[in-house]
Amino acid sequence: MSGKTTGRFTRMSLAACLAFAVGVSTAPATAAEELRIGFLAPLTGGFAQIGKDMSNGFQLYLDEVGGNFAGAKVTFIVEDEEGKPPVGVRKAEKLIRQDKVHLFMGGLLASTGYALAPVSTRLKTVYVASIPAADDLTQRESEKYPYVVRTGWSSSQPSHPFGEWACEQGYKRIAVVAADYAFGYEVVGGFQKAFEDCGGRIIQKIWPPLGTNDFGPFIPTLKKDADAIFTLMVGPMALQFPKQLLAAGIKKPVIGGGTSYDEYVLPSMGDEVIGHVSALQYSAALDNPKNAAFVKKYREKYGKVPSYYSESNYTTAQMIHEVMKQTGGKWPGATKFIELLSKIKLDAVRGPVQLDEMRNPVQNIYIKKVEKKKMHGFAQDELWNTVIKTYPNVGQFWKYGKAEFLKQPVYSRDYPPCKYCD
Amino acid sequence: MNNRRGVLTVIGALVALAIIAPFTSSYAIILITHALIFAILAMSVDLLLGYTGLPSMGQAAYLGMGAYLTAILATQFDFGLGWSFWVVVGLGILVGAATAAFFGLFAIRATGVYFLMITLALGMCVWGLAYRWNSLTGGDNGINLPPRPQFGIALANDVTYFYLVLGFFVASLALLYVLVKSPFGRSLEGIRERELRMRLLGYNTWLHKYIAFVIAGGFGGLAGVLWAHMNGLVSPEDVILTTSVDALLMVVLGGPGTLVGGAIGAGVVVFLREYLATIVPWWQYVLGGVYILTILYLPGGLMGIPERIRRRRALSGSPEQAGKLEATSH
Repeated sequence: MSGKTTGRFTRMSLAACLAFAVGVSTAPATAAEELRIGFLAPLTGGFAQIGKDMSNGFQLYLDEVGGNFAGAKVTFIVEDEEGKPPVGVRKAEKLIRQDKVHLFMGGLLASTGYALAPVSTRLKTVYVASIPAADDLTQRESEKYPYVVRTGWSSSQPSHPFGEWACEQGYKRIAVVAADYAFGYEVVGGFQKAFEDCGGRIIQKIWPPLGTNDFGPFIPTLKKDADAIFTLMVGPMALQFPKQLLAAGIKKPVIGGGTSYDEYVLPSMGDEVIGHVSALQYSAALDNPKNAAFVKKYREKYGKVPSYYSESNYTTAQMIHEVMKQTGGKWPGATKFIELLSKIKLDAVRGPVQLDEMRNPVQNIYIKKVEKKKMHGFAQDELWNTVIKTYPNVGQFWKYGKAEFLKQPVYSRDYPPCKYCD
Repeated sequence: MNNRRGVLTVIGALVALAIIAPFTSSYAIILITHALIFAILAMSVDLLLGYTGLPSMGQAAYLGMGAYLTAILATQFDFGLGWSFWVVVGLGILVGAATAAFFGLFAIRATGVYFLMITLALGMCVWGLAYRWNSLTGGDNGINLPPRPQFGIALANDVTYFYLVLGFFVASLALLYVLVKSPFGRSLEGIRERELRMRLLGYNTWLHKYIAFVIAGGFGGLAGVLWAHMNGLVSPEDVILTTSVDALLMVVLGGPGTLVGGAIGAGVVVFLREYLATIVPWWQYVLGGVYILTILYLPGGLMGIPERIRRRRALSGSPEQAGKLEATSH
C-alpha cells in the first residue's frame, strides 16, 4: 500500500467524519409541552424477552392515555442496553446528550442500576430505577445519587417477610442455590437474615454462575438433611433448575426469590414447578379487578401474561403521569420532579405504593404458590402464582428500623456469614 | 515521497479532527473520544496481527488491567485524580506490558490458530479475575470511578478529555509508526512473511515476537487507563471476549499492517455499534454484513479500497500506465 492511496483515503474518511458530526449535532429542538422519556431495556441477547416485557408495560400505559401526560406529549425513546452495564451507561449518555431526555429509566440488572446512578448524578438528570433492585441505590449510597428514584423494589425487600414465612412453615434447615452475582447475594442475604432471626438455619450456599444451564455439578452436592431448598434464578436459568431438580429425584419443598417463578418464565415451565413458593411485590394472579383488567388488556395486546417487569414499568408510567398532573403537564425541573414523585401515593396494579424517605417503594409483598388453574376468566388451565399470604406495606428495612439496618454492610457473598455451613 | 505524502495527510486529518470536534454535539464528541481510545487498542492489535502475523484474541485483557488498575487506585487510594494521573498512565502502560510479558511466555510458543486460542484463553483468565475477585474488582457490579482527574485543567470537561485522548492517540500512532519503520519493525515483517528464513538468517524470532507482544500489551494498558475515565465505570463486560474480537475486527476491517487502518476500523465499528444502533434495531446485521463483505471482497480492509480502484483503472487504461502504477504501488 502506497502513501498516496493512504492519503486519498484519509481525505475521504475525513469527509465522512465531517458528515457524521453534522448529522449528530442536529438534536431535536425543545418544544414547550413535551415530555421526553428515555427507556433502557435489553432488546438483544439472552435477556431480550425481559426487555420486551419492560417496554411493553410502559407502552401499554402510554397507549391507554393516548401518549398524553396531563397535556404533555410523551416522546418515548427506547434504547437497547444489551443487559450490560457499560452499554447501559453509553446509551444513557446518548439519551441525555443527543435526545435531551427529561428523565431516563429502566435498565435490567442490579449491576446496571449501580452503573446508571452515577450518570444521573454527573449529568444532573432524573433516573427512575423501575427494575434494577440493587439495595444500596436507595440505602447506603443513596446520598450520592440525589437524582435517583426507585419505583420497583430493592432486592432484599421481599426476602425479609419471606424468611419469616419460612419459619412459620416449620422449616429449620434450608439449603440455598442462587445465581452468583450481586442481586443473588442480596436476595439470599435478606432471606438468611430474617430466617435465622426467627430460629432457622441456612446450612449450605451454592453459587452457580449467572446464566448456568447445566446444574448437574451442583444438584448432587445439595445436603440431604435440608428441609427445603431456596433458589434464586434469573432469566433462562429459572427454566432449567426445577426440571433438573426433578430429574435428580429431589422432592423437597422448593421456595425461591421472585424472579425464579416470575410470569416472564412461568408460561414456559412444566408441572414440575407446581407447589413451589416465591415472594415478590407483584403476581399476575392477584385477585382484584384492577389487576384482572390489566392482565386481560396486556394479554390481548401482547399475547402473554404480564410479568413483574411489565407491571413495574406500567406503574412507573402511571406515577410519572401523576406528577405531570400536578404540574399541569410542564416539566418541573429535575429536583422538583424528584420531590413530587417521592410524595406520590398510588393505588397501583400491584397494590398501594408510596415511597419512603430514601425513595424506595413501600408496598405489599406477596407470598405466591405456583398452581395450575383457571384465572381471570381465561379458558384453559395454566400455571399461576397464586397469592397465599400478603404482607402489607413492607419497606426496605423490614422490622429492623432504618438506622439499625444501615449499620450492617450490604448483603454479599460473605454477609451474613454462613454460620451453620460446614 | 509517497510515504511523506501519506504522513502529511494523516497529520492533516488529525488537525482537522482537532479543530472540528469541539463544534460537534456533546454526544458526537464522546463517540469520537470512544473511537480514539479503541483506535489505540486496535493499533496495538495491528502491531501483532498486521506486522508480526500473530492474531491476538486477548487484547481486552491488557485494556482490562489498565482500566482496573486506574479504578482501584482511584477508589481505594484516591490516587491518580490530580497530577498523579500521569503516574497512573505510566503504571497502566507498565501493568499492561507486564501482563503481556507474563502471558507471552505461554503464547509466543504457538502460531496461527493455536496462538489465537491461547491468547483467547489467557484473556478470559483476566475476565474471570475481574468477575470473581469481588473484594478487589466489585465482581459483576464493576467499579464506579470518581469524577475525572483535575490538574490545573479539568478533564471532567468532555472537550478537554477529547484533546487529552487525541494527544495520546497521536503519540501512540507516532511511536508505533517509528517502531514499524525501524529495523526491528522490518524484522517483524520478515517474521510474518517467513519465520523460518528469518531464523536461518540468525534472528532470534522468539524474542522479536515476545517484545512486540509486550509492546502491544503496553498500548493496551494505556487504552485501559483512558477507557476507565471515559465511562466512569469499569465492568467485567469491558474485559469480555467481545472487546478483544472487536479490536481484532477493527484491524481486519480497516486493513492490517497499516496502523491507520486500525484507527479507521475503530471509527467505523464504534459508529455502527453506538450510533446506528440508536437509529435502527437491525444494526447487528449491518455490522455483520460489513464484516463478511470486507473479508470476502477486501482482504486488505478498507485501506485496500483505493488500491483496488487504481488497479481497475490501470487495467482499463493503457498498459504502459498500468505498468508504471504497478511499480510504484509497492
